[in-house]
Amino acid sequence: MKRTVCAKSIFELWGHGKSPEELYSSLKNYPVEKMVPFLHSGSTYKIKIHTFNKTLTQEEKVKRIDALEFLPFEGKVNLKNPQHIFSVLEDYGLDPNCIPENPHNIYFGRWIADGQRELIESYSVKKRHFIGNTSMDAGLSFIMANHGKVKENDIVFDPFVGTGGLLVASAHFGAYVCGTDIDYNTVHGLGKASRKNQKWRGPDENIRANLRQYGLEKYYLDVLVSDASKPSWRKGTYFDAIITDPPYGIRESTRRTGSQKETPKGIEKCPESHVPVSLSYHLSDMFFDLLNFAAETLILGGRLVYWLPVYTPEYTEDMVPWHPCLKLISNCEQKLSSHTSRRLITMEKVKKFENRDQYSHLLSGQCLPYQGHNSFRERYFSGLTKRIAKEEKSVQE
Amino acid sequence: MKLLTHNFLSSHVKGVGPRGFPLRLQASEVRIMPVEFNPDFVARMIPKVEWAALVEAANTLSLGEVPTEPIQGYEQNEDFLRTMHHILLEVEVMEGTLQCPESGRVFPITRGIPNMLLSDEQTEA
Repeated sequence: MKRTVCAKSIFELWGHGKSPEELYSSLKNYPVEKMVPFLHSGSTYKIKIHTFNKTLTQEEKVKRIDALEFLPFEGKVNLKNPQHIFSVLEDYGLDPNCIPENPHNIYFGRWIADGQRELIESYSVKKRHFIGNTSMDAGLSFIMANHGKVKENDIVFDPFVGTGGLLVASAHFGAYVCGTDIDYNTVHGLGKASRKNQKWRGPDENIRANLRQYGLEKYYLDVLVSDASKPSWRKGTYFDAIITDPPYGIRESTRRTGSQKETPKGIEKCPESHVPVSLSYHLSDMFFDLLNFAAETLILGGRLVYWLPVYTPEYTEDMVPWHPCLKLISNCEQKLSSHTSRRLITMEKVKKFENRDQYSHLLSGQCLPYQGHNSFRERYFSGLTKRIAKEEKSVQE
Repeated sequence: MKLLTHNFLSSHVKGVGPRGFPLRLQASEVRIMPVEFNPDFVARMIPKVEWAALVEAANTLSLGEVPTEPIQGYEQNEDFLRTMHHILLEVEVMEGTLQCPESGRVFPITRGIPNMLLSDEQTEA
């Protein structure tokens, strides 16, 4: 429970039912020997009522607590600091526009622990000093850190670090973090701000400042301006986890360094940020590079966690990039629009990486199923363009 | 840039391969940033470090007495770990350069951040 942002609390269930009467008879069937350690005369306790999708008055809550008098509570009530907390949980469904008179389900249990859902609020991107157009939602960044099995004293790397959102979550769990990004401005915290009503980024807006904001600066190792397709690490295994959200080519462009002489636009304020070139970076190549990089630099047992954008109508499971050294652990979908989604892919290194060249011909053939997604950008907007075409047609008629 | 990171960096200039390590460090501005000492983390890093490269970099920055190799039983030796902690994590090169020992190509370090970008002719095939 110290890790999950997906569970609010955990209770030891003592009884449940679809009505109060069913609940009470269920409780009467719960073995007394199991209750006694928490109800004996030396203990202190309190009872809380939680209702989901309905508000009760204080009077109504007290009535429910009183109805539980038949339980063999022998301890003293202590509302401030009880040893044991018991909860009645009433489920009134999921539709706030249609709240039933009586609950669908009622549960009674002994509270054991809370999850980490408050991290979603305390690390909210809304309050973060430095954000970008595609900064990861706080809840998702913690889920990714959990998928990466990030723990104290790990080294976690993000090759598409952006504003460092994923590093923040890993640092929260005690890992030392580093990252790279091809965009000089983002890594340095310069240029146009992503917040509404703000023109340029302020002096406290960079990745290090984000960690400092949460008291996690000691976990900051380094960030570098670097092209993820051309990594500059010496041969070896350094990272316990690689956790990243590569660009999909929609709100951030996919780029890499190459030989065409093309000056990128929009660097008015920061001329020194000149990226030598900006070639288009096909999505399938990017994932091939990422998997190869992970296979080479992860320690054995280390994890790669990343988002894979897909055009849902054409998606099949064998489109998920693979690598002989990495085992697929999980693949979870998040819908983005009616015809696109992204999948959270988790892989674990299970085999030693032998030779850089060995894998190139193997993988490009296998990655072919994903080739279609190189025009992910076109497909993403295809729904929109079809609608516009339809509207234009109906206007003309 | 911290010396721990420098120890992992290598030049990816075309044709250079393993001869691109270590990058020759030159610093015009260095600062010391105290970082909370964590012996477990430092002990974990010791086996990953290329010692000769670290000594060379530390000497370039005139950091004083640098152990030439990890001592026996370093995991329990707090003095040793504290020294390594300082060298690896608390010394930051703010302005300077990293030079590929084979090709001579220079990567600048600005505001503590190295820029490793190359144009196509210079990158690994």
